[in-house]
Amino acid sequence: MVETQYRPEQILEWLSHVPDPEIPVLTITDLGIVRDVDCGEAVTVSLTPTYSGCPATEAIEGSVVAALQEHGVENVQIKRVLSPPWTTDWISEAGRKKLRVYGIAPPERRDRPIACPRCDSSNTEIVSEFGSTACKAAYRCTDCLEPFEYFKCL
Amino acid sequence: MSANSTLAAYATRLGDNALILGQRMIELVAASPELEEELANANFSLDYIGQARMFYTYAGEREGAGRDEDDLAFLRPEHEYCNLLLVEQPNGHFGDSTVRQVLFESWYVLLLDALTRCSDEGISDIAARAIKEVRYHLRHSSQWLVRLGDGTEESHARTQASLDDLWRFTGEMFTPDDLDDEMRAAFNGPHLEVIETRWRENVAAIIAEAMLEMPGDQLMASGGKQGRHSEHMGFLLAEMQHLQRSYPGATW
Repeated sequence: MVETQYRPEQILEWLSHVPDPEIPVLTITDLGIVRDVDCGEAVTVSLTPTYSGCPATEAIEGSVVAALQEHGVENVQIKRVLSPPWTTDWISEAGRKKLRVYGIAPPERRDRPIACPRCDSSNTEIVSEFGSTACKAAYRCTDCLEPFEYFKCL
Repeated sequence: MSANSTLAAYATRLGDNALILGQRMIELVAASPELEEELANANFSLDYIGQARMFYTYAGEREGAGRDEDDLAFLRPEHEYCNLLLVEQPNGHFGDSTVRQVLFESWYVLLLDALTRCSDEGISDIAARAIKEVRYHLRHSSQWLVRLGDGTEESHARTQASLDDLWRFTGEMFTPDDLDDEMRAAFNGPHLEVIETRWRENVAAIIAEAMLEMPGDQLMASGGKQGRHSEHMGFLLAEMQHLQRSYPGATW
């Protein structure tokens, strides 16, 4: 058996630069879809899908392998885990901040108002429950009048 | 039946419902009445196809005969698909598709909920993932049923006709067959009679809000779970399987 020289912390650090293909401002660690890293004979990365039908799942797995290979990790295994299922609660605090700066309102609990990511006003209205991807809705701020996207709470 | 063959058959059946409904919804891509609905439909159909992939992959593992998700999706004859008759019904007009979604999703969400508590981890994990999506689908389809039923005279009349027409396909959702019994006995699977009671309550509430009438008891069409399909199924499969049948092993 070959002992690998990698530590999970190091692998996670490398993975924290891999962008999500649909919202590139977020990395896969911000999104909270990296569940586990195991450094045995191979480096095994456990990933969970955001939605069953997420078309980015294969692309993400490909970029994880590519990113680690760039750092010289040759034997990379991807494990898909479903449990516990991903929800928007898995998005990190850093991820929520990045979303806001990018112009996407981060997910809020049902009873909380959705604040405009530009002027921070909570006077906002829904335009369409479905935006450019399944996970986003289209909103408009009634104070600054700017349209924006809202990352739906799941 | 061995544990593995029960799980393989049951997961295949779940995959069939998800795949065939997903395929029907894909037929509506670029045909929705408005942009919001277009995006919702396309994304929801992707969820169903994704669920089918997970169920089929798991079924293939349990079967242990080397079949993968693509083999199960594309290379079986009609009589081996065990989806409900309801999900293969044509899209018809928007009221027909909406009623089909509400009737199926109201059942599916209860079934998945029960499956999250079954003793097989492979199936309960997929159910826990899928139920989060289907709850949302149901909220969406129910809102449309209310808009159509409580809309104009014409939308009301046509949606009532859709409801009366599709009601006969709901019976088999609650009639357990040997596989349902086996799943329940061996893996704490869903109790279909309990689901029926809750389904009737939930569906009656949506129908009442939509100002529509509950259809009366009637003769129910069944056979989907045993692979005896309506005349629409062959056409659906012909289109869906064409590529893999004509060019076996084709990839992008």
